[in-house]
This record gives sequence, C-alpha cells and structure tokens, in this order.
Amino acid sequence: MIPMDWIYGLLGGLMIGIAAAIYLLGDGRIMGASGVIAGLWQSVGSTVWQGRALFVVGLVGAPAIAAWAMGGAETNATTNPVLLVLAGLLVGYGTRLGNGCTSGHGVCGMSRLSPRGIAATVTFVAVGVVVMAVGRHVLGVI
Amino acid sequence: MRAAISLLSGALFGLGLLVSGMTDTAKVQGFLDLFGAWDPTLAFVMGGAILPMAVAWVVAGRRRLSLTGEPLPARPAAIINGRLLGGAALFGAGWALVGLCPGPAIASLSFGGWPGLVFFASMVLGMIGFQWRDARKGLAA
Repeated sequence: MIPMDWIYGLLGGLMIGIAAAIYLLGDGRIMGASGVIAGLWQSVGSTVWQGRALFVVGLVGAPAIAAWAMGGAETNATTNPVLLVLAGLLVGYGTRLGNGCTSGHGVCGMSRLSPRGIAATVTFVAVGVVVMAVGRHVLGVI
Repeated sequence: MRAAISLLSGALFGLGLLVSGMTDTAKVQGFLDLFGAWDPTLAFVMGGAILPMAVAWVVAGRRRLSLTGEPLPARPAAIINGRLLGGAALFGAGWALVGLCPGPAIASLSFGGWPGLVFFASMVLGMIGFQWRDARKGLAA
C-alpha cells in the first residue's frame, strides 16, 4: 500500500508543474518563487510588475482560502527566532546569489535538463542533507 | 490575458504546495533528514512537477512566442560557476534549518503565524542585502 502522503505529494507536484507550464507557455516566464519576489521591488510600475504581483496574490490567496475551508493548516515551523532569522537570511541571500530556488532551478531547470538547474539542485539538496545531519543529529539544534 | 495567466499560475502553484504537504516544514526537513526518519514525499512532489513541465519545454521548443506574445526564454549558457554553487549551498543550509524555501514561505503566509512572518521578512532582507552588495560591487568594478 502506497502511503497517502506520497499520493498527495505526486498530485500536488503535478499541480505545481502545470502552474509552471501555464506561466511558461502563457507568458514566456520561468516560474521561480525567489525571482518573482525579488523582482517585485525591481520592476515597480512596469507591466511585468503587475504580472508578478498577481502571481503573488494567487500564491498567497489560494492556499489561504483552501486552508480556511479545510479548517486550518500548519507549517510546524520552529519557534526559535535565531534559527528563523538565520535561515531566512541564508535563503534570501543564497537564492539571489545562485539565481534560483526549488521552483526555478528544481522544477523549471531540471525538467529542461539544464546543467545549471541540475548542478544547483544537487548542491542545495546535498548541503541541506549535511546541515540537517549535523544540526539535528550532532548538535541537536534543528 | 497576462493578469489571468499570472493569477491562475500563482493560485495553482500555491494549492499544489499545500496539497503536496510542502508547506509543512516537518515534511521538507524529513526529506533532508537522510540519516534520521527519512520522508521521501518531496521526491514525489518534484517528480510530479517535472513531468508536466518537461512536456511544456518540448512544446516551447516548437513555438517562438507565448500566448501573450512574449518570446519564450532561450536556453541560458551552461555556466556552472562559484556564484551558482555558492548561492545554492547557502540556500540549502537555510532550507534545512527551518524547512522553508521561497515558494512555501509565501504560500503559507496566511496560516504560518509569526514564525512564518519572521522567516519571510528575513528572507526579503537577505535578498535586498544581496542586491545592495551586488550593486556596490558593480559600482566599484
């Protein structure tokens, strides 16, 4: 019996991939979450800005409505403020330096067999595994 | 047209993140916890997302323009440098610490409580910090 979590994962994944396909074939754009957010304050006033802003409206609004309809959702995130701030800074700075995150490099890049997307994805997953191993099993802070 | 496409794409992306469980940091951290109670869900999400997008790239290769008349993005030069790998490494470290990457961080803003807001604000600060440093380097060069 396949765990339900994996089936929901596949189903949700298909939705994410179709969203990226609509963004690409519809408007000629790569659906990368970090790029869309960082692009918000770099493109103010342009028609591109309007597209990015509406994308974010959908990205925040649709899960908000769905979570409300199903009686709430949980991120189960840590409440350690030091971890939250450090992780946020690393994710923000790193995704701009490396030009992408899980959606841009992972979904859009790997599906195109882009060497950059594959190299970036392998790197962030590998570093994530090491940081998790050390942070959780050696230092016990995660 | 662009407005409808952007809104629909963002909404579907957000719903997909919620349905797949990727807005739950425990599931994301579980995937990275290879030496603990490993949770392979993220691999199914990635596989599911890559399938339709791979088809989309094939279609894109046969067309010149998007529905809105924008040129479809060309294949970037395959330059794998320290900037790409260093950025990915910093991102991977932050991703493991809390279990949020940019997509789920935004998608969970409405229900993630104060930890989600603190993470999001720090992420934006990190992005602005990079742009500030990048611009200064550009001026110096």
